Amino acid sequence: MRDTLRIGIDVGGTNTDAVVLDGSTVLGWAKRPTTPDVTSGVAAALAAVLCETAIEPLRVAAVMVGTTHFTNAVVQRRGLERTAALRLCLPAGQSLPPFIDWPDDLCAAIGAEYRLLGGGFEFDGRPIAPLDEAELRAALDELLAHGVQAVAISGIFSPVDAAQEERAAELLRAWAPALNVTLSHEIGRIGLLERENAALLNACLAPVATHVIGQLEATVRAAGLACPLYLSQNDGTLMAAAHAMRYPVLTFASGPTNSMRGAALLSGVRDGVVIDVGGTSADFGMLSGGFPREAGFEVAVGGVRTNFRMPDLLSLALGGGSVVADGGRAVGPLSVGYELAARGCVFGGDTLTATDIGVAAGLAQIGEPGRVRDLDPAVVRRALALIRERLETALDRMRTSADPVPVIAVGGGSFLVPADLAGAARVLRPPHDQVANAVGAALAQVSGEIDRVFIVDGRARSDILAEARREADERAVAAGADSGTLELVEVDEVPLSYLPSTAVRVRVKVVGELAGQPREAAL
Amino acid sequence: MNWTVTEDDLDDIAIGAGILGTGGGGNPYRGKLLARRHLREGGRMTVVPLADLPDDALGVSVGGMGAPVIGIERIIRGDEALTALRRLEQRLGRAVTHVVPGEVGGSNSTIPLVVSAQSGLPVVDADGMGRAFPELQQTTFFIEGAPPSPAAIADYRHSTLLFDDLPDAKSLERIARAATVAMGGAASFAFAPMSGAQMRRMAIPGTLSLARRVGAAVREARRVHANPVTAACAATGGQEIFRGKVTDVQRRLVAGFARGELLLDGSGDSRGSALRIAFQNENLIAWRDGEVAATAPDLICLVDELTAEPVTTEIVRYGLRVAVLGIPAPPLLRTERALAVVGPRGFSYDVEYRPLPGVYGGAEAQAAVHGSTPHR
Repeated sequence: MRDTLRIGIDVGGTNTDAVVLDGSTVLGWAKRPTTPDVTSGVAAALAAVLCETAIEPLRVAAVMVGTTHFTNAVVQRRGLERTAALRLCLPAGQSLPPFIDWPDDLCAAIGAEYRLLGGGFEFDGRPIAPLDEAELRAALDELLAHGVQAVAISGIFSPVDAAQEERAAELLRAWAPALNVTLSHEIGRIGLLERENAALLNACLAPVATHVIGQLEATVRAAGLACPLYLSQNDGTLMAAAHAMRYPVLTFASGPTNSMRGAALLSGVRDGVVIDVGGTSADFGMLSGGFPREAGFEVAVGGVRTNFRMPDLLSLALGGGSVVADGGRAVGPLSVGYELAARGCVFGGDTLTATDIGVAAGLAQIGEPGRVRDLDPAVVRRALALIRERLETALDRMRTSADPVPVIAVGGGSFLVPADLAGAARVLRPPHDQVANAVGAALAQVSGEIDRVFIVDGRARSDILAEARREADERAVAAGADSGTLELVEVDEVPLSYLPSTAVRVRVKVVGELAGQPREAAL
Repeated sequence: MNWTVTEDDLDDIAIGAGILGTGGGGNPYRGKLLARRHLREGGRMTVVPLADLPDDALGVSVGGMGAPVIGIERIIRGDEALTALRRLEQRLGRAVTHVVPGEVGGSNSTIPLVVSAQSGLPVVDADGMGRAFPELQQTTFFIEGAPPSPAAIADYRHSTLLFDDLPDAKSLERIARAATVAMGGAASFAFAPMSGAQMRRMAIPGTLSLARRVGAAVREARRVHANPVTAACAATGGQEIFRGKVTDVQRRLVAGFARGELLLDGSGDSRGSALRIAFQNENLIAWRDGEVAATAPDLICLVDELTAEPVTTEIVRYGLRVAVLGIPAPPLLRTERALAVVGPRGFSYDVEYRPLPGVYGGAEAQAAVHGSTPHR
């Protein structure tokens, strides 16, 4: 029998969920508390789900892990490498040095040294200055003397021409084999500061990534699984573990994306609104063609501005743990959060929560319903009306047309979403919605993306798009996609404004199925 | 009253200038960071009221031109505008006494502050647009007759070009634009040398203060969880003309300018209505259900409906939820001479200009005109 099973694991702030899928059928799932070291929680959830489903471990074709661990490492300034920036830019690019808008404590945590060197390109590919190898060597020697262990190289317009970044990396790796080197053009898109920031975050995460992903590999092996390991990216697609070790920054924000992808896969709805109701908040996201719609603004991670595309989320402080006060006239924003199981009334606690209201109204069977039997029905009615009103207002803001949209409610608090929500064409609560993120991780595809400026002069538009497509395909295959299954999912062409030249910025993204064996980028 | 720019002021100006950019003008974020760097390194920027300029002052407009996408990738060296200013000064044979923003909307609001810190010259609390427009001849300086030359531009290599004996401002625009492309798509300029007496007549007063006031009002409203959109309306003298979701964005390149159209579907009070906006980098004309609702030179500004964060025509995309502000243009943009350049027909739209009610800059601007001292 073919190995068709997939295991998806979501390492959340509170719980680590694991799910076993056969095709898109959920065979079983398990939830265990997340542990500070990540891997013990994963090991526990994995053992539980293997036990519950009693599957033969060798039948598992792939394990996919979505984790917020790397984001948290940045947010908490934990285990970060001493990292320097090498910017190829002079004589341009001096006005805003690297790290210019970073929080002081993060700069302190990684050293935040930088050197500006001659180099970079114009938008049309002309060099600003050649790379000066002697200058690079001198910069490296100084940085190494200061204890720097990782560097990010960022060259002006490297998304147009990566040659200087690549040559600089080649030299650095030859001169200092232990140095961890991140190239900005491999990480981000046009926008030097934001791309450089993302590359620096990636570089400083190197030891955390090597350790955690290595441990995850070991955990998977220890559970008797011989299959490849993948990690979820912020766009809801996968990368092979070896790729993720080099690009940990690409895992940022994969949690909400996985939950939306999982909602789409569990419900079969490709266009609609997902409401993920957790303990503290309800996150609204819009699905378009089965993928989350992306936010239009720059996103800060741990206080650092990056230009990643993140899902466009609307968060309401309303979840299963939200505290109900004032006789049902106030729900949230306070929440008992992960202490729900100790402080909620149905669990014998003394704090009235949204979960207690749901149980009292017969919307959910959680804890001991007898403990809320005597709750004043007027309180329950008022609280439910308030919850409904807040969900409906948020849904209205999320919708992109006046027509009612399908709504998919997922997460532990999904029972709080009324079936007849105004503005919803219908409300779906798919089975296994509690583990939508793990399902999203398990069923994810692999993507490749490019974003750069092309000079149109005399070239046919189709020719430029074909070149962009080819590069995106190459990236997808490097990340583990089966080249035969690649599909174009996004094309965006923006002419460069205020310039009477014929340059166009092209962004192309392709998505494909996971190949049998992941291949690594040849770098 | 003179004021000295603080870091807080820079944050306020960046938000205010973003809103006044009417969808274009580039993001002031990078200029703000550079100005802040100068402040942290001991630099000073003094802003002086237009009305206080002595007749014999010599003011020059400084700023950047080119594609915003070049500005976000090829970050400036930092002293390009100062280099252009010095070249122009050399040609004039006289020391410049003041710098004046050409365009308060968008990134050009902050470059004069940077030049002020570098040169010690005061910045005039005024500009030539009161908003953003795509081309140099669209400043009130040129509309009101300031000489198109001499003018200078400079790039990050300190290559400078001096333009002399130009017949008109449109020639300056055309030639400087071509040179900018050759300089890699972005350059800094110093142009429109004016005496104090000329500036008082040719510039739009109080616009740097206005940008600061708008940003401060928005930030304060966010802080106290009041409505930032309402705050932006009050501070600009504008009104919310529509609220809704972006349902379509079409862009095409015409002679170097990103022209296009936006469609919005109404929500809240605008439910059941649709708004169509034509833009050429900046938002120019808005039609509500087929009827003209606002046109240039009045300001049509998209902001995030919750935070009042400005939404530019470069980042606007399907699904964004926005409030559309209509802000009456300053009087200098509403003269017959100005409308020929920056009115609907100046942008080749066969549409009548119907001025929006109200006063540019709101009650505080009106109070300033009537002699009382504006304060924060």
